[in-house]
Amino acid sequence: MRNTLRAAAAATCVGLLFGLVSAAGAAGIKEGLKVAFVPKQINNPYEVTADNGGLSAIKEFKGDGKVVGPSDAGASSQVQYINTLTTQRVDAIVIAANDPNALVPYLKRAMARGIKVVTFDSDTAPAGRQIFVNQTNAENIGRAQIQLAASMMGNEGEFAILSATPNATNQNTWIGWMKEELKKPEYAKMKLVKIAYGNDDDQQSFVETQGLLQAYPNLKAIIAPTSVGIAAAARYISSSTSKGKVVVTGLGTPNQMREFVKNGTVKAFQLWDPGQLGYLAAYAAANLASGAISGKPGETFSAGKLGTRTIGKDGEVILGPPQTFNAGNIDQFNF
Amino acid sequence: MVDIVPAVTARKHTAHLTWEVLLTVILAGSLALGRLLSSVFLQTDNLSNILLDITEISLMALPMTFIIVTGEIDLSVASVLGASSALMGVLWHMGLPMPLVMVLVVVGGAMAGALNGWLVVRLELPSLAVTIGTLALFRGIAYVLLGDQAVADFPASYTAFGMNTLGATFIPQPFAIVIVGAALFGIVLHATPFGRSLYAIGANSSAARFSGIDVGKAKLRLFVLSGLVSAIAGIIFTLRFTSARGDNGEGFELAVIAAVLFGGVSIFGGRGSLYGVLLSLLIVGVLRNALTLVDVSSETLTIVTGLLLLSSVLIPNLVAGWRARRDKRLVAARR
Repeated sequence: MRNTLRAAAAATCVGLLFGLVSAAGAAGIKEGLKVAFVPKQINNPYEVTADNGGLSAIKEFKGDGKVVGPSDAGASSQVQYINTLTTQRVDAIVIAANDPNALVPYLKRAMARGIKVVTFDSDTAPAGRQIFVNQTNAENIGRAQIQLAASMMGNEGEFAILSATPNATNQNTWIGWMKEELKKPEYAKMKLVKIAYGNDDDQQSFVETQGLLQAYPNLKAIIAPTSVGIAAAARYISSSTSKGKVVVTGLGTPNQMREFVKNGTVKAFQLWDPGQLGYLAAYAAANLASGAISGKPGETFSAGKLGTRTIGKDGEVILGPPQTFNAGNIDQFNF
Repeated sequence: MVDIVPAVTARKHTAHLTWEVLLTVILAGSLALGRLLSSVFLQTDNLSNILLDITEISLMALPMTFIIVTGEIDLSVASVLGASSALMGVLWHMGLPMPLVMVLVVVGGAMAGALNGWLVVRLELPSLAVTIGTLALFRGIAYVLLGDQAVADFPASYTAFGMNTLGATFIPQPFAIVIVGAALFGIVLHATPFGRSLYAIGANSSAARFSGIDVGKAKLRLFVLSGLVSAIAGIIFTLRFTSARGDNGEGFELAVIAAVLFGGVSIFGGRGSLYGVLLSLLIVGVLRNALTLVDVSSETLTIVTGLLLLSSVLIPNLVAGWRARRDKRLVAARR
């Protein structure tokens, strides 16, 4: 008993110490840090939004930011840029990896030269970076999708899921968490009647949507957690008599969904905000480069307007629950 | 003035030699430009990067020079690289030992080349059409072999080859293969009857046939050689990026052909030297690296590469036209 108490006391002390260290670190970003963003591909609107988020963060902490990268998203095209940045001895590289393995030896070499490496949006093998800034986790997505759909269905009625392929890892994990969320009592009157698969093919998703509406005349909502599926479903519904009666939601990009939000087919849908993702990644990189953190799980750092963040397992930092887009805010996003 | 006619013929013989002099000057200029633009340009790390970046393209340019000298073309080289990479991944996952995997991949590359050669020589189809077809075919095979998967668990003793340099020099180990290859190909092209017969074939295929050269056999050999070398390039690429993927090297065929043409090899066959091609490869590598070091965007780099290629076609033509006019004037004056 005494041992446990002592352990608890020690843990508290360590915790306090960590708090102190991180508090010192929060203000401890050095000025003039050279931080380079390497997107998967330059001129891709999604990547541009993410990089701009990063650049705005770099401006906040008075660093020297730049964006360099290939014009094609080939597996190895980023290597030339990593090597150049290594030669230039930047303080940190923030990269959305085109390949989980191809970049690792070159990123390792950069780290051996003292450059801090943060991956965001798409990770490399953990050996290739110090921190991975992830959009959100599967649980966040699954639960948020049900919460959003429920709010539009008045927490009752039949709904279906239009997924990608039957063995798509991402979608299946999200659907698993949706089912988990559905067990809560407030959703007792909601019923998942069918999971359809559009195979991430526009035509097939379109046909599957049609099939769902015919098979379930009382259907109140379709959740499509795939950008191909949600656009196809919205396109079908927008030209059918179900427009305005059946809720379409899911995961999609603002540019792709804008017309359906404007014409009233889709009230709201979700995705993460790549701008915030870049912003958080820039802060993670700056904290690493300033020596405020080393990338170990449990460390915390200050991420400007996003507040204090904690590094999780395998050096992963999570941005948070997905962003909801609707008629009110969609025009603030361009990706 | 009296000996004007022999002088004209002599000038024709030295036409590609003067192009090489020009290339040497351009290379020196590019190196000076690099030094001027960036203080880190001449660091051994960076020189190493320049060579590493052009390794696969240089290798494939060797047999491509031979093929274009005979007036043919092989557009399928990058697809053979991709298919070899994919095959390497599949065979490794089947549990075969690495040396055997590499031998089988090289045999596979040679077979791919033999198919090209057979279609061009036996069926007398134009190589442009044949290799556009096999470009798609071999890339398709690459995707069938691996899908969108990647094999990345190659033994570290092999992948280290892609990162290490030769002893204490700045020459990357993979580039050593290019140096040895360039020496062999140079000797064969410029100092053997077989090499000289290639120029004869390119200059006038029927005349070459009548003078006893087995044109078909020579071309078949070249295509097999091209497939074989592309497979070796595929192995190097895979080890260098520790990643076997179907999309490896996509689009490289254009870089290879551009380098050969910029090196002064006539697209109509019969003219050019390996020395010019090597110079052109170095120029492209040095310029890309120097401009990347000062953060010139990749789109601008593409424009620079395009302009180089255009100038390599335009300048010899303009010079030839100017000379023809001048000679005509001189001949007229003599009369």
